[in-house]
Amino acid sequence: MGSTFELRSVTKVFDGITALNDVSLQIRSGEILTLLGPNGSGKSTLLRILALLEKPSKGEVYFQNEKVTDRNMFRMRLESTMVFQKTTLFSTTVYNNVAYGLKIRKMSKNRVNEEVGRALRLARLEGFEKRQAKKLSGGEQQRVALARALALNAKLMLLDEPTANLDPKNALIIEETIADANRELKTTIVMATHNMFQAKNLPNRIALINDGKISEVGTPSEIFGKFSTTLASFAALENTFAGTAKLMGDGTTLVDIGNNVQIATTTQKSGSVSVFVSPEDIILSEDLIVSSARNVFKGRIVGISDFGSIAKLRIDAGKQFVVQITKRSFNEMQLNVGSEVYMAFKASSVHLV
Amino acid sequence: MTEILDGILKAFELIFSGDPRVYDITLRSLYVSGAATLIAILWGVPIAMLLALRNFRGKLLVKGVFSTLIGVPTVALGLILYLVFSKGGPLGFLSLLYTPTAIIIGEAVLVTPIVVSFATTAIEAVDREIMNLAKTLGASESQASIAVLKEALNGVFLAGIASFNRAIAELGVALLVGGGIVGWTEVLTTGIELETARGNIEIAIALGIILLAIVFGINLALSIIQRRAIWAAPSS
Repeated sequence: MGSTFELRSVTKVFDGITALNDVSLQIRSGEILTLLGPNGSGKSTLLRILALLEKPSKGEVYFQNEKVTDRNMFRMRLESTMVFQKTTLFSTTVYNNVAYGLKIRKMSKNRVNEEVGRALRLARLEGFEKRQAKKLSGGEQQRVALARALALNAKLMLLDEPTANLDPKNALIIEETIADANRELKTTIVMATHNMFQAKNLPNRIALINDGKISEVGTPSEIFGKFSTTLASFAALENTFAGTAKLMGDGTTLVDIGNNVQIATTTQKSGSVSVFVSPEDIILSEDLIVSSARNVFKGRIVGISDFGSIAKLRIDAGKQFVVQITKRSFNEMQLNVGSEVYMAFKASSVHLV
Repeated sequence: MTEILDGILKAFELIFSGDPRVYDITLRSLYVSGAATLIAILWGVPIAMLLALRNFRGKLLVKGVFSTLIGVPTVALGLILYLVFSKGGPLGFLSLLYTPTAIIIGEAVLVTPIVVSFATTAIEAVDREIMNLAKTLGASESQASIAVLKEALNGVFLAGIASFNRAIAELGVALLVGGGIVGWTEVLTTGIELETARGNIEIAIALGIILLAIVFGINLALSIIQRRAIWAAPSS
């Protein structure tokens, strides 16, 4: 299978700021390609150009070896669909949301019914048809958005950080739905993420993107197998640290990430590595508690972001960590910027890449 | 004092006995203002969509003009339209002066700035991504614009109600281009004016009660709809 969608030397400038700088990328039919990069690296712009929402300032977009122009843009747009990072829904029922694109394609009522049912099953939203979409929880809303995109059976599906700011349960359902769609419907998927762990688990290929440029494209083992300078420079990626690993006698590895912070992991490796801890794997407590967790750090809260049912805290413990907890825990612990807390996570939930 | 009380009692008698003239005036008022509002929506909403969704030079100026015109004195507009419709005027050949059609056109012009300004605000308040969302689902430019308009429907509805309110309660345009001819162009406001001048205070009061009831009814409906709109808004 050849490349179905292609960017050729695409540059995009917004008000004098270069969001994408001479990017060429081939997307193969049926693959999952992950764009991995920090916030502001140009991931969203790349997706919006592929969705034909933005026109490149320079360069060309090809869909199935045909150049996209103003004249064929409307027809070309029917080949792809996109799920936005910020969930966007029509103020109507779940059914009408999912049916929108099918009705635009003038499908018969029976077909629409069938396709909506199939898409809702894939996103595990059976029985939600008559609910008002905007009254659902954040995670369910994003699943409606995903179902709406899946219903179209488009050749290319673009996902912009689909699980960012979601609780782990909904994030998992969305990841599984994406994998199912790719396997069963052969949908080609391009997904942007700044979560390195997600990038490692889901895709066939990864493109590293930083400062509007794609620096490396390869399989996860190619990208993560060697110590990548680009990867290490992704300081903006959550809980990703570059460090030096040393094998300990007890079968664990100790990674020195600087500033007197050492992280223990059960993966055995030595030399230069990148370490990643998922923000939801870190347990927060006000007092030092005795537990089986090998990694315990004392730190101070330096930032709080509210995402509805969850809260993300930035904690300075020599290095800055991001910790995700439920809003309920957050309220019960009465945390504030400046609060001193203990972070604990198991050596087995530390990933070396 | 007894004269007023007497007038009110007789007014209720007229209303509840089904006085043909009172009903005739009321129905004409509803018809004329309703038609004027519909016309204003038909040409005002597309203008609002252009103002809200497209960028062009002088856009701010156009918006400013429309919001200023909301407060135009009805008598001044009535006079201008009188000159336009009168025999020597540019549209004199249509012979529309002193017809219900003239009032409909005049009131439509009067309330257009309300429709345009309110609807523009409502459409601008819709999430900008709705347009892009519709496009990623296969919508053409015009289909995507309609998706945005659908999201703003509550606001457009409010614009329509506010316009109807203004149309049914205004006197200047109806009097100057309609003439308040009994049985032909008489509406609630011109009827009140005419009957008060004639000394038929009970008919004037009856028409006044009906007018107030309509305006109060509309405002009540308006506040209920607004409350629903707040309830329907996403909690985040």
